[in-house]
Amino acid sequence: MDWMFILISLAKILGVIFGIILPLVSYTVYAERRVSALMQDRIGPNRTGIPLSLIPGLGLKDRQMPLLGGMGQPIADAVKFLLKEDFTPAHVNKFYYWLAPCLAMVPAILTIAVVPFGSSLWGVPMVIANVNIGVLFVFAVASLGVYGIVLAGWSSNSKYPFLGGVRATSQMISYELSMGLSIIPLFLIMGELNLPKIVEYQIQHGWTIIPFTNLHSFAPGLYKHHTWRGWLNWKEIVMWVPMMISFFIFTVAIFAETNRLPFDLPEAETELVAGYHTEYSSMKFALFFLGEYAAMITGCSLIVTLFLGGWHIPGIPDGSHGWIWGLVNIGCFFAKVVALLLFFIAIRWTLPRFRYDQLMRLGWIFFFELALVNILITAGIMAIFPN
Amino acid sequence: MPPLLFWTFAALMLIFGISVIAQPNPVSSALSLVVSFIALAVLFVSLDAFFIGIIQILVYAGAVMVLFLFIIMLLDLRSGQRKKAHAVTVAGGILIALIFVAELGQVLHAFPEGNRTAPALGAPVQDVQSVGHVLFTSYNLPFQIVAVLILVATIGVVVLSKKELD
Repeated sequence: MDWMFILISLAKILGVIFGIILPLVSYTVYAERRVSALMQDRIGPNRTGIPLSLIPGLGLKDRQMPLLGGMGQPIADAVKFLLKEDFTPAHVNKFYYWLAPCLAMVPAILTIAVVPFGSSLWGVPMVIANVNIGVLFVFAVASLGVYGIVLAGWSSNSKYPFLGGVRATSQMISYELSMGLSIIPLFLIMGELNLPKIVEYQIQHGWTIIPFTNLHSFAPGLYKHHTWRGWLNWKEIVMWVPMMISFFIFTVAIFAETNRLPFDLPEAETELVAGYHTEYSSMKFALFFLGEYAAMITGCSLIVTLFLGGWHIPGIPDGSHGWIWGLVNIGCFFAKVVALLLFFIAIRWTLPRFRYDQLMRLGWIFFFELALVNILITAGIMAIFPN
Repeated sequence: MPPLLFWTFAALMLIFGISVIAQPNPVSSALSLVVSFIALAVLFVSLDAFFIGIIQILVYAGAVMVLFLFIIMLLDLRSGQRKKAHAVTVAGGILIALIFVAELGQVLHAFPEGNRTAPALGAPVQDVQSVGHVLFTSYNLPFQIVAVLILVATIGVVVLSKKELD
């Protein structure tokens, strides 16, 4: 039984990391390039195909290859990163210079362990580690993510990387506060820190920010609970306001935590060359680059799990109705994640960057207080409408 | 948890704890402390105290030590800038450490409960709920007092760090 558990966990870890997350990371980079091109009226990488004509016997003529809209680009990128010269400047602190890229990638991937990415498949729950304090685990691991950036900036022993590292530290500390406070209202309502149970709650009571997904008309016969009885449940209508505020603060904080525009001050290329990874080349640079996208994916999966109902879509049964539905649920989860990733990309190519003092002011003077007031509002609503 | 894991992480914690004071470079010292905290958190988790283990990482490794590192980097402390330890200071330090060890031995000796093997936990502990429950019932007054103390400290920081306007 123990061996079975270990084997199943290993299969889940390998399947999620190598089967889903890493390909998703490389294709997010591709999507970023194509979407930015689209938004700036360019074409973007659309030429790299897979050279199937090199394989004899397929009957393809010389240099004739399916282009697939440039879908082969991530493969070419990866090969380029691996084959470029890995140059270590003489002025760096060698040990920490090598340690930093590893630390940049690990926390982003470690977080996915507690996120439920599907209902169940052949009776096996689709979450790697079903722990009772899932959300706290996410915050703990995410708070370690800053070390990679700080060490990269410090060990490079040069001006701009150092400034990038210092900026990253203060930015992440500031926004971690409002990120943690912003989801306390959720726990007040749900009374649960376990992420799979948070998804279960949303299936029964409606998604956090779209609270009518459990209406009877959406899923006839599937779910017994339908609390929105013809728009008459005032508690749920009033509770919608603090939930939207929570969603707003949390999403903005995820932008800041993953160093995405409009909060990409640690690597602001117009001010700091490339910020904390200026002195890095080849695969070590790629680890920072991919670590940022992996952090984006885990951030989006968290938003989906906490606010958008996880793997649940009204009308689609869960994995106990057959393995095909289990796969569909996994597909639903990652479809939501991809939609959010495209939103992140669209924001990046739409908004200009904040100035540094504006960023700190926004975090400390606006979001921190808003999150605190939001907790008070939620507690007040719960006191006014006791069940 | 198998004893092997306990010994591994206990050893890691002690080795990196020693490394905190042995490293010449302040940044290395701070990072050793981070690793030591994480190993300590693993020991908490192995005792089914998930909440305390995670808080250990979240608060100490994730927030306090990041600020430490931040200050060390901003002050640009380099290795070799440390003062040479005086013989009297070293002797005093060792003496204090010995006194603490002796006190610990005395307490453990006078505490027979420590020799008993506790029964294994039956059901998984709902530690977040139990901590919250105890905080807001039995220890409500101390909890409120601590909250006021923290508020005072926060206001103090704002007042002290605010620039003089006139």
